[in-house]
Amino acid sequence: MTSKYKEKIGAIIIYLTLLVVALFCLVPFFFLLISSLRPGVEMIQNGISFQIDFSALNLKNYWLLVEGKDGIYPLWYINSVIITVAHTVFSLLFTSMVGYGLAIYNFKGKNLIFTIVLVVMMIPVEILILPLYKLAISIDLIDSYMGVILPFVVTPTCIFFFRQYAMSLPRELLDAGRIDGCGEFKIFFQIMMPLMLPAFGAMGILQAMSSWNSFVWPLIVLRSTDMLTLPIGLQSLITPYGNNYDLLFPGAVMSVIPIMILFIINQKAFISGLTVGGVKG
Amino acid sequence: MLEPPVVALNKSYNRLSKIKTLFACQKKAPYLFVLPFVVSFLVFFLYPIISTVIMSFQRIDGPESITFIGLKNYKNLINPHFFNALWVTTRYTFWTMLVLIPLPLLLAVFLNKKTTIGKKYFKSAFFMPALTSVIVAGLFFRLAFGEQETTLVNSILGVFGIKPMVWLQDPEGSMFAMVLLCTWRWLGVNIIYFLSGLQGIPVELYESASIDGANEIQQFWHITLPSLKPVIMYVLTISVYGGYSMFAESFALWSGPRSPGEIGMTIVNYLYQEGFNNNNLGFASAIGITLFVLVMIVNVIQLWVSGFFKKEGV
Repeated sequence: MTSKYKEKIGAIIIYLTLLVVALFCLVPFFFLLISSLRPGVEMIQNGISFQIDFSALNLKNYWLLVEGKDGIYPLWYINSVIITVAHTVFSLLFTSMVGYGLAIYNFKGKNLIFTIVLVVMMIPVEILILPLYKLAISIDLIDSYMGVILPFVVTPTCIFFFRQYAMSLPRELLDAGRIDGCGEFKIFFQIMMPLMLPAFGAMGILQAMSSWNSFVWPLIVLRSTDMLTLPIGLQSLITPYGNNYDLLFPGAVMSVIPIMILFIINQKAFISGLTVGGVKG
Repeated sequence: MLEPPVVALNKSYNRLSKIKTLFACQKKAPYLFVLPFVVSFLVFFLYPIISTVIMSFQRIDGPESITFIGLKNYKNLINPHFFNALWVTTRYTFWTMLVLIPLPLLLAVFLNKKTTIGKKYFKSAFFMPALTSVIVAGLFFRLAFGEQETTLVNSILGVFGIKPMVWLQDPEGSMFAMVLLCTWRWLGVNIIYFLSGLQGIPVELYESASIDGANEIQQFWHITLPSLKPVIMYVLTISVYGGYSMFAESFALWSGPRSPGEIGMTIVNYLYQEGFNNNNLGFASAIGITLFVLVMIVNVIQLWVSGFFKKEGV
């Protein structure tokens, strides 16, 4: 009797905690969405609040996204898409090669390179922004797509993940390929790469998300208004002379949507992508 | 069918030379595979690090006028602004660790229980904030922590009879906002880390413990917690270096590197302000190097505690 009673109390505590935290996680999305439908003046007066005039909600702000500020928002969107796609594709190509190379072959310097990968993984990029900025100026990368992508295209986290994945590839295939006269790169691209597809899925999503949301480096390397990505563009709307909430909220909502869709389609790949390194031990 | 001896010899010679070239190729191939990383590391990591070290000993007034000033930049770090940044960053790191380790651990344990219903939905809900950019999160928290009486946080406090507060102009209030923003975005990720750790614990351990009469809380202390040690260490490390290199959260809350009374000024914020706004490249480099050393010390301690060096040595 008492143990059953205890169990019930336990269950109530568990669900109550889970519900409260879930609410905490979801409430901001609700308010971002509602705020995107409200006139910006109300946001300046009241901030984000519980007092919502539901009859005044409308889609006008979304129309402003296309028309307002000479259609700058769609331009930011295009920039973000181009940068994210290019960054993801090149990053997957290079990091899978490196990870595979580290996993399959034995060669001089292998351990050193792998240790460097691990060390670089542990160093925050923020430390490098100043010298990287100087470097970007001297090799003419400022204010270009290339400048955003190039310094961070060979991501150590992805290398680590691909290496772990490639360790379990069947070596017999390597020998079989060699006997058939395939070169090492042909073996990689035609035999091994297809076997690594799940890893490409997880890393592709991780890379696309971090590129889409990337803030610190693009903030520094992108200068002109029409070159900005979404996070930097949205940030630039907040000025000392007035905040364009009419544009900010729908802009923020639209920027979250593509990642949301990816997440809903392939939740598993997201989660396995994000636990890289967590299962190192 | 028998082949004429010459043809057979020729064939085997051909094969031999083919194997020879393959071997040569096999020796080179690995280096070609890792080349992208080596190039990227040298150009975009090692070179910048070295150039910061050099700059940190210089006074740079322009591309043409560079003077070597020894340790002066480092001596200049002894000033109230840097100490304030160090203090803000340390407090922030402390609080994020205090929240973002026990809370996700507890939630992961709840989600890992066989009897919990709707795990999938809870997991998705917890994870969703991790999909947003720091700017989107900052937009919400900036206005939810607004100074008006009507804002979310102030009206919730009003229910408990607490007076509205000007959150983002108060040192404690703004610290709370920064930690909450970080918690919102990282809670789900840490939950996933802990969940993957929990799933690696063999069920038999719990079964034999419950046969021995251990209750759930005892099982948590004696089985779950010790088994999760590697994951906890990992989350601890990323919390420390994430905390010390915090920049974007504060930038998003005050929409720039400046905050009233420097209440949101972190080390990287200070670096940004000195380097990009005040053009003090040498001094900003000294800040960067100091942060680098700080983070490396933490990493080495973590690796040492978790026995990384022992494994490598033996």
